Amino acid sequence: MSEEPRKARIATASLAGCFGCHMAILDIDERLIDLMKLVDVDRSPLTDIKRFTRRCDIGIIEGGCCNEENVHVLQEFRRNCDVLVAIGQCAIMGGLPAMRNAIMHSDDPLRECLEEAYITGAYLRNTTHNVPNDPALPLILDKVYSCAEVVEIDHQIPGCAPEGDVIYDTLIKLLAGKFRGFERETIRFD
Amino acid sequence: MEALPEAHHGLMNDPKIPSGNGLTPPDRGSNGGADGAIVEICTRFGNDKHRMLDILLAVQDRFRWISPEAMETIAEQTGQSRIQVEGVASFYHFLSQEPKGAITIRICDDIVDRYTGLADAVAAFEEELGIAMGTTSADGRFSLDYTPCIGMCDQAPAAMVNGVIFTRLTKQKARSIAAALREGASPEELISPQFEALSPYERATASVDNNILHAGEVLLGPVPQDAGLEKAAVLRSEQIIATVEASGLRGCGGAGFTSGAKWRFAAAEADPQKYVFCNADEGEPGTFKDRVLLTERADLVIEGMTIAARAIGAKEGLIYLRGEYAYLRDHLEDVLAKRRARGLLGSDILDKPGFDFDIRIQMGAGAYICGEEGALISSCEGLPGEPKTRPPFPVNRGYLGHPTVVNNVETFCHAARILDQGAQWFQSMGTEGSNGTKLFSISGDCRNPGIYELPYGMSVRDVLTLAGGSDAAAVLVGGPSGTMVGRDSFERLLSFDDLATAGAIVVFSGERNILEIVEYYLGFFVHESCGYCTPCRVGNVFLQKTIQKFREGNADSSDVAYLRDLASTIIETSRCGLGMTSPNPILSTLENFPLVYSATTKENEGGMKATFDIQAAISGARTIAKRRSYIFDKDFTQ
Repeated sequence: MSEEPRKARIATASLAGCFGCHMAILDIDERLIDLMKLVDVDRSPLTDIKRFTRRCDIGIIEGGCCNEENVHVLQEFRRNCDVLVAIGQCAIMGGLPAMRNAIMHSDDPLRECLEEAYITGAYLRNTTHNVPNDPALPLILDKVYSCAEVVEIDHQIPGCAPEGDVIYDTLIKLLAGKFRGFERETIRFD
Repeated sequence: MEALPEAHHGLMNDPKIPSGNGLTPPDRGSNGGADGAIVEICTRFGNDKHRMLDILLAVQDRFRWISPEAMETIAEQTGQSRIQVEGVASFYHFLSQEPKGAITIRICDDIVDRYTGLADAVAAFEEELGIAMGTTSADGRFSLDYTPCIGMCDQAPAAMVNGVIFTRLTKQKARSIAAALREGASPEELISPQFEALSPYERATASVDNNILHAGEVLLGPVPQDAGLEKAAVLRSEQIIATVEASGLRGCGGAGFTSGAKWRFAAAEADPQKYVFCNADEGEPGTFKDRVLLTERADLVIEGMTIAARAIGAKEGLIYLRGEYAYLRDHLEDVLAKRRARGLLGSDILDKPGFDFDIRIQMGAGAYICGEEGALISSCEGLPGEPKTRPPFPVNRGYLGHPTVVNNVETFCHAARILDQGAQWFQSMGTEGSNGTKLFSISGDCRNPGIYELPYGMSVRDVLTLAGGSDAAAVLVGGPSGTMVGRDSFERLLSFDDLATAGAIVVFSGERNILEIVEYYLGFFVHESCGYCTPCRVGNVFLQKTIQKFREGNADSSDVAYLRDLASTIIETSRCGLGMTSPNPILSTLENFPLVYSATTKENEGGMKATFDIQAAISGARTIAKRRSYIFDKDFTQ
């Protein structure tokens, strides 16, 4: 065959996360060069491509959904990716941002959360005494949702953040069609 | 292990607890002699830490709560730390850490009550007393609370007013009870104007019906008085145990352990101090058979305990009576006293030298878990009613470290009859592996709720025919920790090999919502979990939340898998029988009513979760921000 096999296309996004999982992707170090022989990176903060240029094989999602834009991006990824991988604790369970879900014994938990964060909190310096409300800001959701609560997720890579080695191995196996989940030893914490 | 007390720790020493009649306002301050009164209560129980539950019940009864000051005093008197006292006080539902009304009304919140007009009765009490459920009136006269099944499902809705039971509450009946109480009547007066003049047995039956609808050969038919005990008195331990073993008798409390084997294990222990405990903590929702036996066959229960004592060599016994059955206490005390007077309890029973045995009653305080034998023993030891790690089993090391046989009320009755009529007689009834007869407490959507004594091996359909449950669509066999079966399973048999049950049979017609019933029972287990182990304490909450998702229409097929997965984890990793059976309402309905679940499950489309509703998720923020979504609200008409 004269033609090279088609390179797989990957897209990534960070929703309600801290970008730590994207940093962990970079932690695969010089193996990035090997990986780039196998894939093209489409929509991703790593390439700064904002829209899908074409359908992708693998979508990697960091972070859960705390606002409507997160939902929108996640749904676009589901529409445009064959396989969707949730990476890190926020994408899988909601993570730290989901701590606000614990405000549940209030008549208006969302308002209480925003006021605590911007107006009444003890260590705040907010001279405007307003909750930010620029029209460009996406609306916040009633609670933080994990990715699997919004769309179907095919695989999860647990960790906060997962190790670069785990990410690399998982991607290589996925690309080879050989990923069958994790051995317990790889993902345990102790 | 618990340090053993010197010599005799006063199991038999049982001073009479005066019960509050609601006429005198409770003494609620911590000063004004309260301290002295608490010291007096502790002293009455020998300042014995093992009598902690009795002490706390007496303090609760007198002061209507266990104040922090009271705990300090009790701790000092019994040589415990305050936190140990609080550990017990906070464990039991009938002990309160805030002042309760002089008259505390606990309305039974079982699902059967809910389906027979509970809401009307609650509304009547609330309106007439001017307080909401879960609160106490400002003048401290009344408290209104819900309580789980009080064993009156055959005459629901029912309520406890202090210790007095009121049944078949209608709106009018509840209203007139509340009005009379408000006018200053005592609960006892409302049951009968000459309550004090009634015999203890008449008091026990004044407001509660037995509803014996089918008497069988063993328990509820004619029973010659003490015939079993007379025969056992001339037998050796080995012969008694061999007879019970040969009869095939299995425990009637739910687990179905072979009774003879249990007695044999205890008899084989060398420890000279052994105990026979009667488990009358009948807490499984829908069960009320022990209530009827304790009322109508109290002598037979005690006869069975006495025979067990002879078989294993125990000198002391105890009846653990659930707090909800406090109204039976005087009757049981009366029966015990009469038996002592007739030489059937005490020293040299039936003039057999060395045949010594006596019994005291230990009141429970509203904790389902205390029906588990380890938890029951913990409770009797003055500890929070938490199950014990097994092994050692109670027959080897039970109450205070001594061999203890814990049997159900019905089991003791059967044992007494077996000693009278012989193993062969009992063994010939029922089916192989499930010998003899069984009491069934049938309630719910049937024409004749009540007690039926039937041989093992009848089909669900036979029982429904007897009870008039012709439009039954679902039958819960064995209470919530048992099995929920549908019409296609009505040919299944009530026996240990097919549908095992401690006797609770709750009938539901086709109008009932299966998922509502399942969620109710999950809520019951969440409430009654002792909290010791995480799978049960936390897992049951997650199960209940997931069932709520189904009821709200927010579940998809992955939730069914989640339910199964979580249920098996809880069953596998829980410490005692509560967690091992609490997922049963879900597992048995998934098995027998799969359509209920699939009908309430949404299918995802194009990888998007059908259960996620973006409009619901942003509506709150839209209100706060006072603007529309630039992504999901394309124009103002949406």
